[in-house]
Parts: sequence; structure tokens; C-alpha cells
Amino acid sequence: MSLENILENFSDFRKTAEDGGHHDYDHRFAMSIDLDICTGCNTCSTACYAENNLPVVGKEKFEKGQAMHWMRVERYWQEDDERDFPEDGAQFLPMLCQQCGAATCEPVCPVAATYHTPDGLNAQVYNRCIGSRYCSNNCPFRVRYFNFWSYYEDSWPEPLNMQLNPDLSVRDKGVMEKCTFCIQRIRTAKDTAQREERALVDGDIVTACAQACPTGAIVFGDTQDPSSRVSKLWEKHDIHRGPFTQKKEKANDEVRGYRIFDELNVDPSIMYMERVRDTEV
Amino acid sequence: MSQVIQDKVIDENLEWSRINADVIASMQAPRKAYWITVAVCISMFLCAVAAEIYQYKMGMGTAGLNNPHMWDMYIATFVFWIGMSHAGTLLSAILHIIHAQWRKPIYRFAEAMTTFSLMTAGFFPMIHLGRVWNLYWVLPYVSDRGIWPNFRSPLVWDAFAISTYLSSSALFLFIGMIPDMAILRDHTTGWRKKLYGILCMGWRGDDRQWRNFRRTYMLLACFLIPLAISVHSIVSSDFAMSIMPGWHVTTFPPYFVAGALYSGCAAIMTLFVCLRYFFRMEEYMTLNIMEKTCKLTFAIAMVWTYLNLIEFSSTWYGHNVYDKEVLIAKATGPYAFVFWTMIFCGCVVPFTLCFQKLRRHMPTMFVVSILLNLGMYVERWMIVAPTLTQAHNPHQWDVLWGSVVQWAIVFGSFGWFGLLFLVFVKLFPCVSMYEVKELCFHLKHEIHEEEMAKKHAASKAGTTVEESGGKAPGTPGLEGA
Repeated sequence: MSLENILENFSDFRKTAEDGGHHDYDHRFAMSIDLDICTGCNTCSTACYAENNLPVVGKEKFEKGQAMHWMRVERYWQEDDERDFPEDGAQFLPMLCQQCGAATCEPVCPVAATYHTPDGLNAQVYNRCIGSRYCSNNCPFRVRYFNFWSYYEDSWPEPLNMQLNPDLSVRDKGVMEKCTFCIQRIRTAKDTAQREERALVDGDIVTACAQACPTGAIVFGDTQDPSSRVSKLWEKHDIHRGPFTQKKEKANDEVRGYRIFDELNVDPSIMYMERVRDTEV
Repeated sequence: MSQVIQDKVIDENLEWSRINADVIASMQAPRKAYWITVAVCISMFLCAVAAEIYQYKMGMGTAGLNNPHMWDMYIATFVFWIGMSHAGTLLSAILHIIHAQWRKPIYRFAEAMTTFSLMTAGFFPMIHLGRVWNLYWVLPYVSDRGIWPNFRSPLVWDAFAISTYLSSSALFLFIGMIPDMAILRDHTTGWRKKLYGILCMGWRGDDRQWRNFRRTYMLLACFLIPLAISVHSIVSSDFAMSIMPGWHVTTFPPYFVAGALYSGCAAIMTLFVCLRYFFRMEEYMTLNIMEKTCKLTFAIAMVWTYLNLIEFSSTWYGHNVYDKEVLIAKATGPYAFVFWTMIFCGCVVPFTLCFQKLRRHMPTMFVVSILLNLGMYVERWMIVAPTLTQAHNPHQWDVLWGSVVQWAIVFGSFGWFGLLFLVFVKLFPCVSMYEVKELCFHLKHEIHEEEMAKKHAASKAGTTVEESGGKAPGTPGLEGA
């Protein structure tokens, strides 16, 4: 970010929530998660652990709240639920980094270790991170995970280190990390497409969680491509990029889309689809 | 008795040689109690060093932090120490430019407190970093790779603000001591003479030097005041610039500055009592000065209370569901007793400062000042912790009390501060000799002028004036020459 760069491309550095300036970019990756067909089986989480070299911290540290699950399945129960087995009423919310368009984590990092890529992703540069943890404190979703300890020795004792994914690094203590939308897979797919001299098409990139989900609740894609599955889902469920707009009324019962904490104007890239309670059907 | 005599903060007939002798005596021959205190401070500090080494080796997990609680007592303590540093500037710079004479006998140690508490505060952002060895990346040094820090981040502003404030307040402390260094050079022998000889920078006390000195001192004072205000405003923007409920508060900058002055004044009161008692400074740190400090503290306490009320009511009537939940959780949740301790110590205890009897009773003031600072410490903690405990996402709600390592480092920081201060009072004069002399001189003049005016009036109107005991006409102001 030299001075000439700033002066020449000044408008690029002047981004607001209203105009993120990403309209011209080739890709904006996004996701939709259908809570109606999510069974809360945690397969996505497991797949994420395997794909992204996430350390298994053990029971003790998990209870302390130091787990490293980039993809976590949050469980909620209805208040004052009077059924015999309240577990029946559990609702699941797979929570991962929302790759916000106007991310709150980005401006607060003192060393710019987290920044916005032209693909609409929040990238985290592990090597640049100094561990001030401000980004995590400023994340309303609380989906950033800090390496409170060195895990690599305990988590992958020989020969388990052979299972590590060579496409990305193993992080050491003192570094913040979070869901990357499987950026290594995005990279590979882009490279393949380039080698084959074609454009990236929908389905080229599948994140580990989307791939593993047994019910197909997670759909990953590019919202810049109007023919992609995720674009169609967003369109169908009346969710659009950009700042929060108060919806007057739902068009019909089929429209179930919402973005979490949309009213904070962070422009999340993940659309959730409401669960339809069986009692209402 | 006239106003001037009643309010006089020091006995104007103190001989100048006595002032020199008294202050120099306070710097020499430490008693046994001094060494014991030093030992206690060092062992406290060593606790922190051990804890930090362990944390450095093992990772931040040793501090007991977890996902919602990425910050905890380190940041609260950082804000506390930064806040404490404001009192020195208040006394030495703000009161200097408004010509409040009573600051003169006590501003030196307040200024030292400023520098040392900044030196303590500076540790905490480092201690709390995950990879402290890369700390320098926060600074905008010229890198071959053309990478700059993120200038939008309040943490980068912190780095600038604190380093600027630390260097200028240390400079201010040093400049203000130059004439005293010369006095010490003339009155000491051995290594001390050498040290003070270097530090007084060839001070002879001639006219030109004094003129330049005054000008520099005034210039630095004017420079330091906006700096002090900005430092704590910037520290507050660490919170205010975020999106978190309970942090994203518009009134935070003035609230933090008021809190800073408040805790700083309370700390001055504590040190005042200690120095007065241990160094037998009764003649310099007089009860009248204590009274004035107390009144100042009371005024600041009320400003702070008012800003608290503003914050609470704007949150309450703002109807932001997250903010409101955090506020309710503060008062009723797991940290409720901490919150009410803060309200009690910060808003109720200062009312003891309303009573003259209590203001003049040193043991009471000692306890009160400690309580005020306790209130201010938990205030900082109440800013950091409850928000993280109950932020937006209910899945990540968690209560945290910090681990042994964290407590040890916080505890040790007080040892470090104490150690610096103890070294200071034996190496440098904790009472400004030349300014006390100046104060005596001005006071003498004023009293003399007043007497003359009285006599003049009496000779004009006969003897009736003396009986009525009225105020002398044309009481000269405190501006002096």
C-alpha cells in the first residue's frame, strides 16, 4: 500500500457498507444453509477439522472455551418447552465465519492481518498476525478462533501427522484463525480452470462442509454468477447483497431466507433458511 | 483573617536553606522500612516476570482466556494505568497554566507517577499479544516489502499516542527538574554529584537560563494537555470504535478522560499521605493542599458520575436490545457485585470529601483514596468483561474470572510501579525545591501587600476597619510576578 497506490486508486480505498465496491469483481463466494434439513449431525464440523488441520484440543480445553472448531453447530432449545423430552425441540445452527462484506474484524486489526480479498472473502494472514485478538472481540458472530496453545505436538502425534492436509499450514500459538471458505480448494479449482482454459463454473468449488453434509443443507457458490445454485437460492429467498433492508412482509411461506445479525449492517455472505416447525405444518 | 492567609498552602517563612536541607534529607539514608518495601515490590514484580515467562512459553491459554473473552484483565489494567497517568499532567500542566499555586509542592511526584504509570501501562499491550516478538509490526517502519500497519485500527493509534505521551511526559518531568538538579549538584558529593552534574545540563541559574526555562516549560505544558486528553480518548476508542454492545458508546472519550483524572487524583492522594507520613513532609504537603486536592477530586468524581448516568440512560432509552441486555447483565448478572462495588466506590465514597473534618484527617483520606482507586479499577474491568460475557451471539456467552497467571501479572504490575517510584524518591527530589521557594516568595509578597493595604486603609478611615475585620480592599490576585 504505497502512497502512489493510494492516490491512484483512491476510490477503491473508500468503501462503505452501502457500496462495498465489489460489484465489478469476478467472484463473490457465498453460502446458503437450510436449517430445515439440517439435522445437527456435526458432520460439517468433522469435515472441517479434517480439511483445515484443526487441532483437537481435548475435553479440558474445550470446556474452557478454547476449542478450535471453525464450523460449529450451535444448539438452542425453546424456552419453557413443555414436552417430555426437551431434547426433541433442539434447533441447530451451523455457525461459521460469515465472510462479511463489511466485516467488523477487518478495520480493527493493527497489522492488517485480516483483509478483504477481491473474491469477497475475509482472508486471514497467519504470518502477519501478532495476536492482539481485537478482530475476534469485534466479531458479533464470535467465529474467530485463537491459538491459545501450541497444539501441533499433542493433536497429531505420530503417525497422525500423516493425515494433515498439505495444502495449508498448521498454525502455532498466538495466531488468530477462522473459516476461510476452504480457500485452498478455491485456489485449486481456479488453477485447474485456468489450466483447462475455461471459466470457473458452479460446482467446481465445494467446501469441505458442503461436501460432507449428508442432507445437503449447505450450498456453496458464487453470487456473481447468476446461474449458480446459491444465487438462485438467494434470489428465491429474497436475500440480496448490500446493507440491511427491513422487509415489509414475506412474499409467501416459501421465502425463508435471513442473514444473522443482518441489522448490524455487516453484509454477511451466508444466508440461512428458517426451520419450519413441525407443529406449524 | 484574610482569604490569602486562611488559604495559604505553606508557611511562607520557611527558610530557603531549610527547604533544600529537608528535601535532600528525604533523599538520603534509606531506613529499614524502605528496603523492606523495595524487597516486597521486587518480589511482586518477580511474580509477574515468572508468570510472563510461563505465558510466553506456553501461549495465551495460560491466562485462562477463551473464545468470547479474548481480552480480560490485561486490557482493564492497561486502561487503569494509562488513566492514572493523567493526574500528573493535570497537576503540572493544566494547573500550571491556570496559575494554581498550591500545586507546587506536590506536582513533582504526581509527574513522576505519570511517567511510571505509563511505563507500567506500556507493558500490558505487549503482554497480551499472542506473538509479542512481532510487536514492532504495529509501528510504521519502512519495510522492504512495503507493508504498513493498518492505520484504521485504534490499536495503532494507541501505539502512537502512548509512545508520544510517554516521551513527552518524561521530557516534561526532566525539564521541570533541571533547577533542582543544580541545587543537588551543589549539595551532594561522590557519584550523586556526578549524576546531577550531568543531569542539570550546566544550569547556573542566570537570567537568560531562567527565561528560556520558563518558556520551554510553558511550551511543553501547552503541548502536553491536548496530548493527555487525546491519549485517553484514543484508548477509549479501542472500545468505542468497535461494534460490541456496551463498548460502542459515543460518550466513551470524555468518560474515559474523566475516569482517568479521577483515578489519578485518587492516586495522588494516596501518595500524598504516604510521602507526608514517611518522609516527614508535613510542612510541604500541608493539610490545605490536601483540601484543595480533595475538592478537585470531588469535582471530577461528580463529572464521572454524571457521565456514567449519561451512559446508562442513553443505553436504556436507546432500546438497542444488545446494549440494554449488557447493561442489565452488568447490574444483575454474575458480575453484579463488581458493578455495585464500582458504583459505591466511585459515586458514594467521594461524598466523604465534602466534609472538612474528614478531608483533614489523613488516615481517612488514605482509606478513601484507596477505595476510589479500587472503584476505578473495577470500572475498567466492568467495561471490558461484561460485554464479552454477553455479546451478540448467545451461544458464546461465558463468565470468566481470569487465571493465576493473569492475576500474578496484574499484581506484579503494582510491584513494578512501586519499585520505580521508590527508586525515584531516593534519586530525585519528590518535592520541587525551586517552586516551593517561589511559592513562599510570592506568598510573602502577597501577605505583605495585604498588610500594607490594610494599614493604608486604616490610616485613612481611622480604627473602625480593624474592628469590622472586613476584607482588605484590592486583594491581589494569585498571579504573582
